[in-house]
Amino acid sequence: MHRSFDIAVIGGGVVGLAILRRFAMAGLSAVLLERGADILSGASKGNSALLHTGFDAPTGSTELTCMQAGYAEYIDIRDKLNLPLVESSALVVAWSDEERAKLDGIVAKAHANGVTDVRHVERNDLRRREPHLAQGARAAVLVPREHIIDAWSAPLAYAHQALAHGAVILRNAEVTGGDFANGAWTLASTAGPVTARVVVNAAGNFGDLVEAIARPSPFTITPRRGQFVVFDKEASRLVDAIILPVPTERTKGVVLFRTAFGNLAIGPTAEDVTEREVAATDTATLERLKARALEMVPSLAGIGVNAIYAGLRPATERKDYVIEALADRHWITVGGIRSTGLTACLGIAQHVAGLYASQFGALPQAPAPVWTPVPNLAEERPRPYMQGGEIVCHCERVTRGEIVAALEGPLPAGDLGGLKRRTRAMMGRCQGFNCSAHVDALFREKRHGAA
Amino acid sequence: MERRDVVIIGGGPAGLSAALRLGELGVAATVLEREQEAGGIPRHCGHLGFGWQSHRRIWSGPRFAAQLRDDSKGLDLRTGHTVLGIDGDVLRVQSEHGISEIAAGRIILATGTRETPRSARLVGGARPRGVMTTGALQANVYLQHFKPFERPIIVGSEWVSFSAILTCRHIGIQPVAMIEAKDRISAPRPGDLIARLAYGVPVWTRTKLIAIEGRSQVQAVEIERNGARQHMACDGVIFTGEFVPEAALLVNQPKVILAGNVHGALKTSGACWREGRATAEQVARELA
Repeated sequence: MHRSFDIAVIGGGVVGLAILRRFAMAGLSAVLLERGADILSGASKGNSALLHTGFDAPTGSTELTCMQAGYAEYIDIRDKLNLPLVESSALVVAWSDEERAKLDGIVAKAHANGVTDVRHVERNDLRRREPHLAQGARAAVLVPREHIIDAWSAPLAYAHQALAHGAVILRNAEVTGGDFANGAWTLASTAGPVTARVVVNAAGNFGDLVEAIARPSPFTITPRRGQFVVFDKEASRLVDAIILPVPTERTKGVVLFRTAFGNLAIGPTAEDVTEREVAATDTATLERLKARALEMVPSLAGIGVNAIYAGLRPATERKDYVIEALADRHWITVGGIRSTGLTACLGIAQHVAGLYASQFGALPQAPAPVWTPVPNLAEERPRPYMQGGEIVCHCERVTRGEIVAALEGPLPAGDLGGLKRRTRAMMGRCQGFNCSAHVDALFREKRHGAA
Repeated sequence: MERRDVVIIGGGPAGLSAALRLGELGVAATVLEREQEAGGIPRHCGHLGFGWQSHRRIWSGPRFAAQLRDDSKGLDLRTGHTVLGIDGDVLRVQSEHGISEIAAGRIILATGTRETPRSARLVGGARPRGVMTTGALQANVYLQHFKPFERPIIVGSEWVSFSAILTCRHIGIQPVAMIEAKDRISAPRPGDLIARLAYGVPVWTRTKLIAIEGRSQVQAVEIERNGARQHMACDGVIFTGEFVPEAALLVNQPKVILAGNVHGALKTSGACWREGRATAEQVARELA
């Protein structure tokens, strides 16, 4: 089937979905092509799910602008889409005098970035706020509006809202090439050809390869791997704020944070890798992460590890995002969106819509928005099991109704990973010892019609 | 609020035998089982070896579980009831109708045990399909009649690891090897000989799993054998044993009484059944 659209977005991660949503809501016909069996199966799959203020982002960067615009829009739309927000705050903790000396600079930069509520916290105040932190914690910088969200509800909601506005999402649709002729692109994909007037490259870890369809890529992706260790729910009472390290030039460092699902996690590492697809963990690194968490919070001793995971962030040789429109090629590049993408994606979408309007014509009169709230996954808000129903995943208290719902509707889970991401099933302390056979059978039954 | 003399959490061999014994002693007990069907882990242990302690028969696990359910017909046994938390003597219970509270004179925790999964062992590598515990494998094979892989590797050499071989063979899965990091297998010695001779599964000691490889399904594992790293093709990984109590409800609960596998080292279903009875007798004496 050959279809024709105003806009084709390549990549079904948080960034691609937010862009698709923005164009669909503006009344353009939009299609998204995702190479994976489900959305969010690349760089967006494994991150720390934090909503950042941009207090430590490069001053004056596109990244900072997009993060702050994205943050504001998230707060604005979250009730209408039923998105979580755990208002935790963050503490940049100094563990040595050398680190302590850098705190002034962190506050100054935050203020320069417009995050003016950032301030010093002295040792006694830090102890009062975080009594389980190890004695070595000297002082900190408090960032009141750094918050915890979850990595999947928001982009899933953006996908559903885009669909409600007539967008098309193609999965198992890897773009293999493209031709630009007579003011339109014809993209070749594993789901057949797609024609669009303008193409947006939001291909994440494959961004430079996709960019080569339009031009020699001005950036090269070197995936930066980040590994995480997730502790049992018992641990989440030990830490309140997001505990950030004093950053180095290269990375924001390893963060200790509660999750929206009621766990405590540590990560990510920052390892340059060549693999673009499989985010592998390794035992030595996981052990180091676990040991680091215990160093920071000694009471974690004896609390089990529930999950381990890794993500690949699309890092480039550039310090900033690469977002630009190629007017003569009808192409918009959205590359190198690193760990801040979850926060920035709505802001990136606004920015991209602005580029479109300036280069390719004003956006039409937008129709009234349709709101498509998603099921709540966060622990601090009411969850479906509280109203009754059969619990299938006992560790995460996921009901049969939630699992069935995730396998139906306009964008059913494309694979078992997608089902986990939509419901939390099998993500708990037993990792499927009790429920995985049942969940897998429900998946086969719903998706393939066989028990 | 509903009040009960004794509430037993968990309807496996220990919980059900405790409830049955309490009934014989004239104490009414309520059993709360979170699954839709009582019987516990034996429900998906398809091999023989169950029932001797309790019924002087040798049955398969599912047959034993069915017998336990049959014996329990007169009990206040509530399946599909999940205990969310315990606060003193009050239990918060979820069921198809929502959340309610039960006040209990005595609480017996018989929530059993589970195997340590890949994540808690910090085994690295990719996250393809085909990685599971013996418990999940058994539920696939005996409850869902589903074959999740053809040629898995078995990690560990406890009793349950040999049970994993039986489960595999039941549905025509041929494990490529059983590996054990220690110098000798954890189960008694002839086990490795039987695995190799009767089931064609080589047992390698001093062999450690390093990483799992594969994009959608497991494609290989990296192992360290006698100090050297090597890759081995397989399409699944079964993590066996290293049992840990299913004791999340137990945090700061001094008044709760434990019965069965939630309590200490792994025991057979027969031992759990006996321990349930002993616990019931103790509770009945206290209430008398």
